[in-house]
This record gives sequence, C-alpha cells and structure tokens, in this order.
Amino acid sequence: MNGLGFDAVAAVLLLPLAGAALLAVLPGYRLTARLNVLVSGLTLAAALALVLDGRPEPGTYLLVDDLNIVFIVLNTFVGFTTSVFSASYIGHELESGRLTPTYLRFYHAMYQVMMFGMNLALVANNIGLMWVAVELATLTTVLMVGIYRTHEALEAAWKYFILGSVGIALALFGTILVYMAARPVVGEGMDAMVWTVLLERAAGFDPALVNVAFVFLLLGYGTKVGLAPLHAWLPDAHAEGPTPISAVLSGLLLNVALYAVLRFKLLLAANPGGIATGPLMVTMGLASVLLAAVMLYRRRDIKRLFAYSSIEHMGIIVFAFGMGGPLANFAGLLHMVMHSLTKSAIFFAVGHVAQIKGTQRMSEIGGLTETHPWLGWSLVLGVVAIAGLPPMGIFMSEFLLVSSTFARAPVLTVILVAGLLLAFGALLMRLNGLAFGEPKGATAPAHASYVPMFAHLALVLAAGLFLPGPVVAWFQNVAALLG
Amino acid sequence: MGDLTFDIAHMLAGGLVLLSFVMLYQDRLYALLNVYALHAVVLAASVAWQAFAQDAPHLYVTAAIALAFKAVVIPTALHRIIRRLGIHREIETVGGVGPTMLAGMGLVALSLAVMLRITPEAEPLAREDLAFALSVVLLGLLMMVTRRNAVSQVVGFMSLENGLVLAAAGAKGMPLVVEISVAFSILIAFIVIGIFLFRIRERFDTVDLHALDRFRGERR
Repeated sequence: MNGLGFDAVAAVLLLPLAGAALLAVLPGYRLTARLNVLVSGLTLAAALALVLDGRPEPGTYLLVDDLNIVFIVLNTFVGFTTSVFSASYIGHELESGRLTPTYLRFYHAMYQVMMFGMNLALVANNIGLMWVAVELATLTTVLMVGIYRTHEALEAAWKYFILGSVGIALALFGTILVYMAARPVVGEGMDAMVWTVLLERAAGFDPALVNVAFVFLLLGYGTKVGLAPLHAWLPDAHAEGPTPISAVLSGLLLNVALYAVLRFKLLLAANPGGIATGPLMVTMGLASVLLAAVMLYRRRDIKRLFAYSSIEHMGIIVFAFGMGGPLANFAGLLHMVMHSLTKSAIFFAVGHVAQIKGTQRMSEIGGLTETHPWLGWSLVLGVVAIAGLPPMGIFMSEFLLVSSTFARAPVLTVILVAGLLLAFGALLMRLNGLAFGEPKGATAPAHASYVPMFAHLALVLAAGLFLPGPVVAWFQNVAALLG
Repeated sequence: MGDLTFDIAHMLAGGLVLLSFVMLYQDRLYALLNVYALHAVVLAASVAWQAFAQDAPHLYVTAAIALAFKAVVIPTALHRIIRRLGIHREIETVGGVGPTMLAGMGLVALSLAVMLRITPEAEPLAREDLAFALSVVLLGLLMMVTRRNAVSQVVGFMSLENGLVLAAAGAKGMPLVVEISVAFSILIAFIVIGIFLFRIRERFDTVDLHALDRFRGERR
C-alpha cells in the first residue's frame, strides 16, 4: 500500500461513483456543474497519487501496472478538463433551451458513471470485470448521445447502441473462450479470469482456442475502437451528442477499448502457438486510415469531420501497436496521448463555435480568426496539430512511427503515408474555409472557457518540442512491456 | 448415465438453435415474442441441466433469472409496448424467408466447423455446447441484420444474449460474476431500449428504422 494512508485505486473508482449519486439528486445548474468539476479534479488527484506513490499488489479484481497507469492518468486528466469545458458549454445549452434542468441532472450523473466505467475497465485485473465495465461505459454514452432527443440524436444513439451491443457480445464470447482455454491449465474458478495469472500461464493454453478467442475480442472491442469496417456508429455518435461527450468519446472511450485489445494481444504474444496478432491489427489499422482519409473530403458537418479524423488516428495507433517493437510501440503510445489531448481540445473549440453559429454545417461557418480571434486561432492550432504539422506532438509520433516502420515494411509505410497526406489535405482545405476568408454566420461574442483548450494544446506543443527524460523512460518501459 | 446427461444437454442446446431458426421466419411481432419466450424457457432448462450435470448450484440462479426475467417479464413488457404503439399488425418484408434460412444454415455449419475443430481436447459436453452457443449468437446477429423493425431487432439482440449465457454455462466452473453480469446487462439494456422505443414513438409515430434512416446526418 502507500504511505498517504488512503487507497488511491479505491479513490479513483469510488469518487466518480459517489459523485454520480450526489449529482443525481442535487438541483441547480451552477452547483452541479461545479461539483462535477470538483469530483473530476479529485479523481485526477487520486490518479496522480497513484503515479507518485506506491502501487497496490495485483488482486483478483484490480491491478495497477506500468501499462494501465498511462491510460488512467490520461483518462482522469481529460475527464477533468472536459468537465471544466462542459460547465460553460452546458450553461449555454440550458439558456438556449436544448436541455431542461432534469436532463441536465441526468447528464451530470451519467458523466460520472461513465468516468467510473472507464476507470474500472482500466484498473480491472479480471477479464470478466473489464467486460462489464466497458459495457457500462458504453450504455452510459448511448444515453448521453441521445440526450437531445432530436431525430438525428435518436438515430445516432440507436445505431451506436445496436453496433456497440453486437461488438460487446462478440467480446464476451471471446472472453468465455479465453476462460475455456485457461481452465485446463489454471484450474476452475476465479483464477482462470485473472489477467496476471492468465499471462503467467499463457504458454500452456491451447493455441487454437486462444487464436479464435482473439479474433472475437479484436472484432468486439475493435467495434468500440472504431476500426474500419466496424466504425459506422462513430461519426453519428460524435456529431449528434453534446460536444463534451464527443470529446470524451474520441479522447477516452476509444482508448479504453484499445487498452482491452492490447491486454489480449499480450496474452497471445505469451503463447508460443498463438497467431501473429500484428498483421491483423496492421490491416485493420491501415484500412481505417485510408477509409477515414478519403471520407474526410466529403464531410459537411464539422463534428463529423473530426469524428472521421478520430477513426484515422485510431487506425494509426492500432497500426503502430500492430507493427510492434520498442520504437513503434513508443510511437503508438505517444500518438495515443497526443491524439486524446489534441482531439478533445479541438472538440472544445468546435463546441463553442457551433454554439455561436447555431449550426454544425461547415458551409455556414467562416472567417473565425477575424470574428473570434481566440477561438479561431486555437482551432487553427488544434487542426495544425491533428494534421501532423511540426512542431506539435503528433508530428513527433507520426515521424517516429513512419521512420521506424520504413526499414521493416516499406510498402506498408508508403500506404500509411499516403493516408496521412490525404487526411492532411482534407483537414487543411476545411480549415481554410472555417478559419479564414469572409466571416459567415452569427458573430455573437463567445463565452468560452479557454483554459482546458489551451492547457491541452500547450501540452501537445511542449511534447513536440521537448519530451522530459522521465516521461521518455516511462513510455519506453511500457513500450518494452508491449513487446 | 453419462450418455444420458450428454444427450439431454445436447437436445436442449439443439432445441435452442432450432428455436433461433423459428424466430428467423416469424413475420408477426406477437408470434416472434412468443417464440422468444419459448427460447428463454429452453435456455433456462438447458442452464439448469448444466447446473445438474456439472454439480454447480450457482447455475440454478442463472437458470431462474433466465426463466423469470427473459421468459416472462420482458416478453410481457414488450407485448405492452407493441400494443401501445399499435404496431401489432405490422409485417416485415426484408429479404425472403428462403435466403435467410439458407444463410442461417450456413452460419450454423460455420460455427460447428470452427468450434469443433479448435476444441478437440475439451470434454464433449462443453464442446458441443459452445458450438451450439456460437450458432445461436450468429443466428441472433443474422436476425438483427434482416429486420427493419426496432422491436424485432431488440428480440434478435436478446436471443443473441441467450447464446452467450449458454456458452457461459457450458464453460465449466466459470465464476458467477459473469452470469450475473450478463443478466444485469440485459436488464440495463432493456431499460435503455424501453426509453428509446418511447422516444422513437414520440417523434416518428413508427418504430420502423427506415423512418430513422431518413434523418441521416449527411443528407440534410
């Protein structure tokens, strides 16, 4: 245990849960929005305590190791900044009448339940518990996506629900198969679902069974990652829900599903008869990059544009982890962190823009840098970062990935670069219309909260210029762990 | 005795697959719900039999949940929803019965071929159960794909979940956590669905998903 006298893992889990219960009963927008920020901030503090202080021994249910601590810190950090953004965003939604106070209460409670689900999935040491947590996070986001109750929001939520459930059902089947494979080796009962035990004994599992299990798990959790061709829910869910939810969907939930895939990838790598998981992931990753890059050109809705960009970047990350090796894993990990930070910053900006203009259609938005300099330029900065221009962090990770894979698989790298350039062109073309030229649409002054946006972008810029030694060592350690 | 145990388990799991086929060609909602209730009853019997065969008393709980919740509560509630929405006369016409049944047979053959090949060392009971369970899962998926009506898609999803419970019960000694979580998730899923159906009714006066497709974002 740690020296602070409290259990940080329990705090990471229980704080959101207590927050959810409290937020569900408290009235009043100002109070609840602030409480939401407070609870998210405390959760972040608990997560940081987990990094600085000792880690608990892995138990039957919970585990903290080098791999998931990266995810937990990222998760709670973006959860915190998004709650700050959400406070100002939701105030506007209340004024414009898109949300009623009752729905707002529901929204805040669901926000914390979702954070609980994601944190639980990340610290779970039990593949059954992890599955339950991912399902919980999915169901809460379904409810949040449908919260506006418009035609589009309902369709998006329904589509997300159906595809998400199918994905999750396949993942459960894979989980059962893993148990079946583990049972003859580990023995019956709970131990055969504990991830650390599974990893230790994985060499003795029946390879055929584990291989089929991984295919189910990749398809199941891959649906939640938004990998092509299972991505159909993602653009709708991003475009129609409240923007804070788009930010956490892109920045966090996709990562959580990816984390589940990575855990099982490690399991397969420990089995001598396991199929090579790399080619599967590389193929799906490349397919996602190319598909999203082409689709970016035909988007008219600003949130859909960035949703497709998320598919592209998840594709890049999965490609990196599929290639494997210390360098590519390092690049994948860095890219994941940078993408989460950048994409949620972009969604913060886009959320305010859409509120000012009263529309998400890109043809009705223009000249933002003239009418709203702060908002416009932070959007420009965000898009420059996400498109992979130097000196931002994403340039670093993409450069690292391309240079490290070029020697090993030149053909694949060429395909990847083609996808990157295509997406780059589409994003810059759109950005030109949005940020520069004739101002279009309403020009009401913005009541935006700039702090979360700037904090994210500053981190991305700092990572692009200089990565501190301890962070590099930390990521290298995790990259080595991923094999 | 060992043979009889195996045969009964085999028969019940096979019955589940058969009922999945029956669901595939039901074109009236009430009939579909009735078949689903029967599906849940057979599932309960099958899980109870597994509990007996494996001497795993906690599986009786799973069986009881399946019987009470899936065979009684959910079909009753869906009956009410259908009546309230006034869609009990609706007939679905996506794809022919023939091609759908052929596709279903293909899926069953596929799951048998995959499952029996990769589990040569598992005991026959678990092995066959798993093969049947995958068939039920795939047939549930097929049903969701071929239906346009929101209610029947939900029924397809629930039959898919039945397949998962069958698989979990067949995996000997699998901890209770999972069975409860499956049951629990169905409960949550059902609440979600209920809310959605209501809202869909409020907004569109139909639960046909074609009506939803009109509002696809990019075509505004």
